[in-house]
Amino acid sequence: MNSRVTDKLATVYFWVSGIAIIALLAAFLIRILGDGIPHLSWHFLFGRPEEIVAGGGVGPQLFNSFYILFLSLLISVPIGVGAGVYLAVYAQKSKFTDLVRISVEVLSSVPSIVFGLFGFLLFANLLGLKFSILGGAATLSLLNLPVLVRVTEEAIRTVPESYWEASLALGSTKWQAIRKVLIPAALPTLITGITLVAGRALGESAILIYTAGLSVSRFFPDFNPLKMGETLSVHLWYIQAESLVPDAKNIAQGSAALLLIVVLVFNLLVGIPSRILQKRLTGGK
Amino acid sequence: MNSVADKLVNAKEKTRPLVTSWTRAQQRHDSLMRWVFVGSAALVSAIIFSIIVFVGMQGVKTFADVSPLEFFFSTDWTPTSNSFGALPFLYSTLLLTLLSVVLAVPLALSGALFMAKIAPKWMREILRPATDLFVGIPSVVYGLIGMTFIVPLLGRMTGGIGYGILPAAIILAVMIMPTILSISEDALRALPGRLEEASLALGATRWQTMWRVLLPAARPGILTGIILGMGRAIGETMAVFMVIGNSPQMPKSLLDSTTVLTTAIVKDMGNTNYGTTWNNALYLMALVLLVISLALILFIRIVAKRSELK
Repeated sequence: MNSRVTDKLATVYFWVSGIAIIALLAAFLIRILGDGIPHLSWHFLFGRPEEIVAGGGVGPQLFNSFYILFLSLLISVPIGVGAGVYLAVYAQKSKFTDLVRISVEVLSSVPSIVFGLFGFLLFANLLGLKFSILGGAATLSLLNLPVLVRVTEEAIRTVPESYWEASLALGSTKWQAIRKVLIPAALPTLITGITLVAGRALGESAILIYTAGLSVSRFFPDFNPLKMGETLSVHLWYIQAESLVPDAKNIAQGSAALLLIVVLVFNLLVGIPSRILQKRLTGGK
Repeated sequence: MNSVADKLVNAKEKTRPLVTSWTRAQQRHDSLMRWVFVGSAALVSAIIFSIIVFVGMQGVKTFADVSPLEFFFSTDWTPTSNSFGALPFLYSTLLLTLLSVVLAVPLALSGALFMAKIAPKWMREILRPATDLFVGIPSVVYGLIGMTFIVPLLGRMTGGIGYGILPAAIILAVMIMPTILSISEDALRALPGRLEEASLALGATRWQTMWRVLLPAARPGILTGIILGMGRAIGETMAVFMVIGNSPQMPKSLLDSTTVLTTAIVKDMGNTNYGTTWNNALYLMALVLLVISLALILFIRIVAKRSELK
């Protein structure tokens, strides 16, 4: 076999592996959506869950998922963006900057169950929040934080240096330049990043089992952040592992399809707001 | 003698910068916000330190009742009779991680080479969102696929129940493949073009160039990708929980029900009271996980430094 034949074979092999990756994803999507979509109904989406009999819905869980996501972003976006701005604008080569960078790296590699245990210790136990939506959201924001820092730093670094210099040359303070020049110019990239973070946080479950708990409030929708708040992905696990309802499999498949649809929507939406903003910022060009 | 120029020349004392209360307020805001930014950066560091301290303190309490020797080297985990041997969990975690990396690396590297060097633009535009979507799928959904599809399939093929390390490794391989792929692809793309050109100019085929020149040159980046993938595999909880069987024993085969560190924590956390030895042992496992992921990050930094020096 000469080298040219080997080369041809290798090319064929690489095409096959590339197509295999896409086929694998397609098989996953078809399987989950195919199994789950038949179970999606108005009652399933907004109905209350059942403990013992069949036919329960996931309404409160769906609501809690978004509520916890919203609260966690409320906590983590200001801190994450702040730290990102620090790294992009203020950071000089110093021990402190190195420490912050290593912290971000380590934080992003902490297994989510460890966040869960930490959240249980700090928020549920020490601060007395028990299993609650607030405790879950606070713990979840730890997971978001490192990604937000990285996204913000990268977004601000993509803004041309001349913007920053021009603003300072006009006599602005650094804060004015950050607020009125850097952040607006970096906003499209920033929003893309935050949407991706949100998609990831929505599917997270290990963190929330022992911080937000495994049951839902009797009222729906319940905005009280001190109530227990099981989310959709936790429910999907719980109903398979521990629940007594006879239609656990159907509920799990329906929830999986629902989760996947939400994640798909987030992934598809990623481009849209940034594109609209881009259009407005560049005057429609 | 009253021209504008004269006024400017004679008005030395009047050209001090105009400092109004508004300017002063802006400057105050500026220095305040500087501290806000420094503060949020410091907070990020404080968080990781407090995680290590909190989980560490709680975990180390285990050693008041259980000797380190027993915890790390005994295979007997029956907390109800005060036996806390975590060796099965450590062993299964290691085995599961290695197996999933071994399964994931070939496809991930092929995909990375394909995307970096062979695929036409339209193919790349399909593959990139596809790999992103792999990362976006929640881990419980992966677990459900493993439970409803892979486990029954393996069960039918071998005649057993199908739970164990093998289905978990297959699921994990799919989950970490995109991580390894995208980092390796970046590493391949970052190589200077002259390497490839020189190899092709010497008469090497594209395959020879990729295999003998590009892959070895991109080794540090690929290694980083693999280690990050390993980190994800070690820390993954829910998907593994749903397919590994969860018996606290040394696995006799790849299709024998067992438990890894993460799933041991999830399984027992709900049954134990805060402050008991059993509960503390779970924190000790979390500490082990934390130390492993710290070690992996340090290793990546060393690899990166080394390749910079060259």
